[in-house]
Amino acid sequence: MNFRKVLKGGMVAAMAMSLVACSSNSSANGNGSAAGGSSTSTDAFKLGGSGPISGDAAVYGLAVQHGAELAVKEINAEGKVKLDFNFQDDQADAEKAVTAFNTLADWGMQVSIGTTTSGAGQAVSSSYQQEDIFAITPSGSSPAIIYQDSDNEANPYGNVFQMCFSDPNQGVASADYITEHKVGTKVGIIYRNDDNYSTGITNKFKKEAEAKGLDVVTEQGFANGTTDYSVYVQKCKDAGADVVFLPIYYQPASQILAEAKKQGYEPTFFGCDGMDGILDMEGFDASLAEGLYMLTPFSADAEDEKTQNFVKAYKEAYGDKPIQFAADAYDAVYAIAQALEESGVKASDSTSDITAALVKEFTSMKFNGLTGSDVTWNENGEVSKEPKAVIITNGAYVSAE
Amino acid sequence: MKIVKSLFGPKTRGRTFSFALVIVAYVIISVLQSGHSIPRMITALLVPVCSYIVAAIGLNMNVGISGELNLGQAGFMSVGGFSAAVVNVVLSGVIGNDILRLAVCIVVGAIIAGFVGWLISIPVLKLEGDYLAIVTLAFGQIIMSLINNTYIGVDANGIHFAFINNTIQLAEGGKMVLSGPMGVTGNTVISTFTVGFVLILVALLIVYNIIYSREGRAIQACRDNKIAAETVGIRVSSTKTLAFVLSSALGGAAGALYMMNYASVAATKFDFNTSILILVYVVLGGLGNMTGTVIATSVLVLLPEMLRFLSSYRMLVYAIVLIVMMIVTNNEKIKTFFASFKKQKGAEAHE
Repeated sequence: MNFRKVLKGGMVAAMAMSLVACSSNSSANGNGSAAGGSSTSTDAFKLGGSGPISGDAAVYGLAVQHGAELAVKEINAEGKVKLDFNFQDDQADAEKAVTAFNTLADWGMQVSIGTTTSGAGQAVSSSYQQEDIFAITPSGSSPAIIYQDSDNEANPYGNVFQMCFSDPNQGVASADYITEHKVGTKVGIIYRNDDNYSTGITNKFKKEAEAKGLDVVTEQGFANGTTDYSVYVQKCKDAGADVVFLPIYYQPASQILAEAKKQGYEPTFFGCDGMDGILDMEGFDASLAEGLYMLTPFSADAEDEKTQNFVKAYKEAYGDKPIQFAADAYDAVYAIAQALEESGVKASDSTSDITAALVKEFTSMKFNGLTGSDVTWNENGEVSKEPKAVIITNGAYVSAE
Repeated sequence: MKIVKSLFGPKTRGRTFSFALVIVAYVIISVLQSGHSIPRMITALLVPVCSYIVAAIGLNMNVGISGELNLGQAGFMSVGGFSAAVVNVVLSGVIGNDILRLAVCIVVGAIIAGFVGWLISIPVLKLEGDYLAIVTLAFGQIIMSLINNTYIGVDANGIHFAFINNTIQLAEGGKMVLSGPMGVTGNTVISTFTVGFVLILVALLIVYNIIYSREGRAIQACRDNKIAAETVGIRVSSTKTLAFVLSSALGGAAGALYMMNYASVAATKFDFNTSILILVYVVLGGLGNMTGTVIATSVLVLLPEMLRFLSSYRMLVYAIVLIVMMIVTNNEKIKTFFASFKKQKGAEAHE
């Protein structure tokens, strides 16, 4: 009887101990998942970041992780700036992103590439501001990542920057491009109405189209999980649209293209950066995408030396072709390295000093990367670079200029 | 003697134990927190843990005590959370004290979610078993779609609503609270662990008081045998409604607490997966077992974060641990092992 009691008490104690051990493990091994040829020397800046490595959006998080790792490896090899990189999983979820941020803060993060996705980024920007840690998100395109009041684009966080175009800017750029290059006059829009990215672009596109005298003849919103797009395509056809604007991701876009072909409807299709990846989609007939325009900051088929080297190194390391997210992350890390180097801060400086130096450097420097040349940032953290349009010709991206 | 019996009597011992557990956990964590000896990662999880515990206690009322499978608890969290976000902005100039404003937000969130729960219960509780589960599932999806397309702004002239297209033109100094799929952004974080702790205590108090009351016994009678309950004069539909509304109100309160802990939350957070997750907490904790729910929720929310050191294998290991836990807690031998532990204690108390 007494023995059994002791046994039970011991078991309870053991369980409690294992829990405690578990928690101390996780804090001590915070850099257990640090990757990318990191050195643990004291002169290395601790670079954090989070993105979905598991779950639905894992393809984006992994691309960012790989792109950033590659950049960190190259920068460390060069030796001017040393970076110690730790990338945490946030499953593209706001709650998990906050936990990931705190895990990184426990680790001692000094500078960050923020989050991969918008929803997660919106939730942690205030944490970055509170802790005064500089962050530049490679691919979080929502204006709410850099502005506390995103509707009026006012009250910026100040130390959170974007490497990619914000959603509204893509809408504006698309409308400008269609008018200036006379892609068409009557525009039909098919967008996803329960998606932040898609509605954000659509709203700004409509405003800009109105200002530029572009005629939006119809707009069709579909919800996530739609499988039959015939109605939306039919509506655009009936309205006589000669350009169909698709501010959506490539999976539904591929179905819309197939449906248009079935109905014998041949407008010019125009997409944004979410369209990137359509040619590599499994089971997609690439001939359907012939003549498709899209605004994308990066194409893996570009001929310039920088892109070619990046694509080669990426393929060697990870075995697949880099998507735009990887290029954005690669650029974000290089931009941070450039700013760290030029400002002359040391890893032993306090985080607030590093942040202040980086903000100053980012708002004054010019950066040349994969996704644009002479890239600059304003004091709100918004990026300014030339939008690039490509047109798909013979199954490959060709610059539309 | 009477007090001792009311606290430690055979029927109420479980209740005392759950209160003691929650209070002791709170004290230990508070002490550790003031000494800065727990990592920030855990500190940041305290409020969501509290919020999931309250939602799970509510769901256990419905699934465990009333015996109705509900797959839409996240929907009620969503209703409560987004109502609270609006209330927070409206009251931000009126009530300066954060804690007081949070309390009002939670109460309003609970009332609105409870009201929606009552509306839903009218058609829903005509159904039973699988059919009811599917309707609650659909309800959760509907709520998510609605909120995804709703735009709410607050300015000096009052609250403005728009649906599908954002047509709101706010006056100077106005603020958008909910912008469709972007969700709530720029929220001020006012939730604290202490408020979460108090909310758990209140939830436990309400649930235990109902369980041990006449209504609670009626609810359980309806669960165990509907026909027998009807023959002794219990109105089955209204007793079931009580459990359902209580469950949704607690879900709403939990949602309000959750919402006020983040700068930005989108409606897609409260999707079907979240409903299932809360159901998992309840099932693992034991149907009708509130103490179990509290423990299971804490463990399951913290576990994936504790496993971060495993890097890419994290979610795989989490899934395996979940399977093992479900099997182990359902194992007869282990059950009797713990039951014997309980019995011994009971025997000692009688001595």
